[in-house]
Amino acid sequence: MTNLFEYAPAPESRSVVKIEKDYDLFIGGKFVSASSKKRLATINPATEEILSKVALADSKDVDRAVRAARAALNKSWARTKPKERAKYLYRIARILQERAREFAVLESLDNGKPIRESRDVDIPLAAAHFFYHAGWADKLEFAGFGNRPRPYGVVGQIIPWNFPLLMLSWKIAPALATGNTVVLKPAETTPLTALLFAEVCQQAGLPDGVVNIITGDGTTGAALINHKDIDKVAFTGSTEVGKLIARSIAERGIPATLELGGKGANVVFDDAPIDEAVEGIVNGIFFNQGHVCCAGSRLLLQENIADEFLLRLKERMARIRVGDPLDKNTDLGAINSSTQLAKIREISDTGSKEGATLWSAPCSLPTKGFWYPPAIFTGVTQAHRIAREEIFGPILSILNFRTPQEAMEKANNTPYGLSAGLWTEKGSKILWAAQQLKAGVIWANTFNKFDPASPFGGYKESGWGREGGRHGLAAYLKTGGANS
Amino acid sequence: MRDLIDGSERSLLTFLENLPGVDKVGADSRAAMLGTRSIKTSSKAMAIDLAISMIDLTTLEGADTPGKVRSLAAKAVRPDPTDSSVPSVGAICVYNDMVEIARKYLDEFGGSHIPVAAVSTAFPSGRASMAVKVQDTKDAIAAGASEIDMVIDRGAFLSGRLMEVFEEIREIKEVCSDSAHLKVILETGELATYDNVRRASYLVMLAGADFIKTSTGKVSPAATPSVVLVMLEAVRDFYRLTGRRIGVKPAGGIRTTKDAIKQLVLVNETAGSDWLNPKLFRIGASALLNDLLLQRMKLRTGHYSSSNYVTVD
Repeated sequence: MTNLFEYAPAPESRSVVKIEKDYDLFIGGKFVSASSKKRLATINPATEEILSKVALADSKDVDRAVRAARAALNKSWARTKPKERAKYLYRIARILQERAREFAVLESLDNGKPIRESRDVDIPLAAAHFFYHAGWADKLEFAGFGNRPRPYGVVGQIIPWNFPLLMLSWKIAPALATGNTVVLKPAETTPLTALLFAEVCQQAGLPDGVVNIITGDGTTGAALINHKDIDKVAFTGSTEVGKLIARSIAERGIPATLELGGKGANVVFDDAPIDEAVEGIVNGIFFNQGHVCCAGSRLLLQENIADEFLLRLKERMARIRVGDPLDKNTDLGAINSSTQLAKIREISDTGSKEGATLWSAPCSLPTKGFWYPPAIFTGVTQAHRIAREEIFGPILSILNFRTPQEAMEKANNTPYGLSAGLWTEKGSKILWAAQQLKAGVIWANTFNKFDPASPFGGYKESGWGREGGRHGLAAYLKTGGANS
Repeated sequence: MRDLIDGSERSLLTFLENLPGVDKVGADSRAAMLGTRSIKTSSKAMAIDLAISMIDLTTLEGADTPGKVRSLAAKAVRPDPTDSSVPSVGAICVYNDMVEIARKYLDEFGGSHIPVAAVSTAFPSGRASMAVKVQDTKDAIAAGASEIDMVIDRGAFLSGRLMEVFEEIREIKEVCSDSAHLKVILETGELATYDNVRRASYLVMLAGADFIKTSTGKVSPAATPSVVLVMLEAVRDFYRLTGRRIGVKPAGGIRTTKDAIKQLVLVNETAGSDWLNPKLFRIGASALLNDLLLQRMKLRTGHYSSSNYVTVD
């Protein structure tokens, strides 16, 4: 398709954000150097440029952070009135809004996601989470959680690289609203917005040690989870690591919320609003380069409309703009890391070998950085790996079905159960299907919509517990008993 | 070209009923997302000139006079008297009785290539007998109109008398035959739902329209991005079904360069760049032209000019 209306580059300015050459750990309200003296480089996945070097926390640093959180809990936070806790959260929310552009640019630089998404989704939602939870802080006693709801204490939190600041807010906002203190470890490849958030905590005057942020790799995460003085664990990441965590905490009897992988089915019935369904499928799998645990990575298409739908889907995919994450017109940015790119390639190679057909949207990819074009697999069967395993990249596996019942069986036939989408103009069919599906979130005629008031979480191997809404608060509160 | 319907009422109704629905929330969010496209520098310059060449420069007032139409004609030919590189507009659009005057002055000012569009069929309400509507159209063509902007009978459409609407368009199309292009106004603000907009778009295309146009400009809301999106989807799919490209004309409410560029982005990413020319996309507007000219000056000189640097008509 020749295009006479090429959009000139429209890059968002980098000058709004100042990135330090290196960063220390945020412990007890101050930036302190790591005992290991080691640093990890964090790069811009779109260019492979080194953005900064962050401290690698070892078990000694983890211990310091946990002790700082414990001290803050005992000294100040436990005595802070709920109403006062709310004030801090409101303050943080407002600062996030005020510094939204700075956060959006930094997020896109460190993560590779398009600025349109960091600007319009990640950062506004992160601020919304703090606003929402601020409102809860002084109402917990009256929210039906049971007798004397109170915090667990020190919470160890580990977040993934796909929505760095947003996942931080999902973790920190409810923890603080309920009166816990926090040691949070951001992902190895995307630590920068968490470190900028540490500055926000200082700016908001949050008492020292209530939020501690330690950067590092898998060993840091393991040290945090296995630390004997944490009272609760909250983790978002792969099912593989989630299982390790479940094993570790089982020995200690502390609670955990785990938000893990998914292989969401997006089910398009023959009475769907076709144009909007195409949009929703595209949004379901190509949003955030497919680095979304609740991505609609399996498309279940009713057979009588499959050819027509596929044609439209391909036409739409050809219009996806891939490239510079900071360009305001980019739809699909860079893959977060070379490791992730290798994983995506490995599983897509398997798809081809197993007999499915790969089609990629025609687009030119930058030479530097980590890129994968938007792609679909057709002719996929339930027995293929690409229908069963989470790819966590911009690849959609397309399967057909003949009857609604068959669609539900196929949608549920997965070890996961995080999300599902339904596309039909018939309301009764939506209600029927929603009862059949075993998924934590079911979207009808839309996809990937998030709200702090709506609990999010999975069935089966997609995790334990819920985040967001009243349900999410419950995960940070213990009730009943005397002083247990 | 495949025959989608056999001309009977039953086949028309069946076809329209079988069209997929439009999910309002989804359509609105797609249109809003496309509204965030950032069109800068060279692409903005290109878009501004394209938009100027697509304008149906319009005056549809009870107070229109020959003098007013004369200055409109001058502006249509040379929108910016200080800059000859500005393209002339796509057409000028006037009431029936002003067609002759418009034609005369356009020719006089060197704009013989610019067509005159006449609003027709008892514009804007469409509430008149068929004989009047036919005569209205004939008059306009006789006076030199080469484009007819007719309105559909929204009353008939909303009460389900779709065949009546269909036949009216067919009849006016026959009157136009080879002498005039037929643009059909849906008045989307009165059709109310996107499902109706989609059905009306197809009905009108099946009846022989060359263009589908959103609005008269007398009813609000008019050419909202979502409505234009739904209509662009309709022409795109109609082309796939029949091999015929139908044009789209948003009209009403497009006042700023930003609005106009949003429309072009919608075209570009929905129907595709084949539609990005005045033969297949027009913008019905009056105030828009001056804003485009001011933005064009800004790109050229680097600073904003006051509104006294463009002409008042």
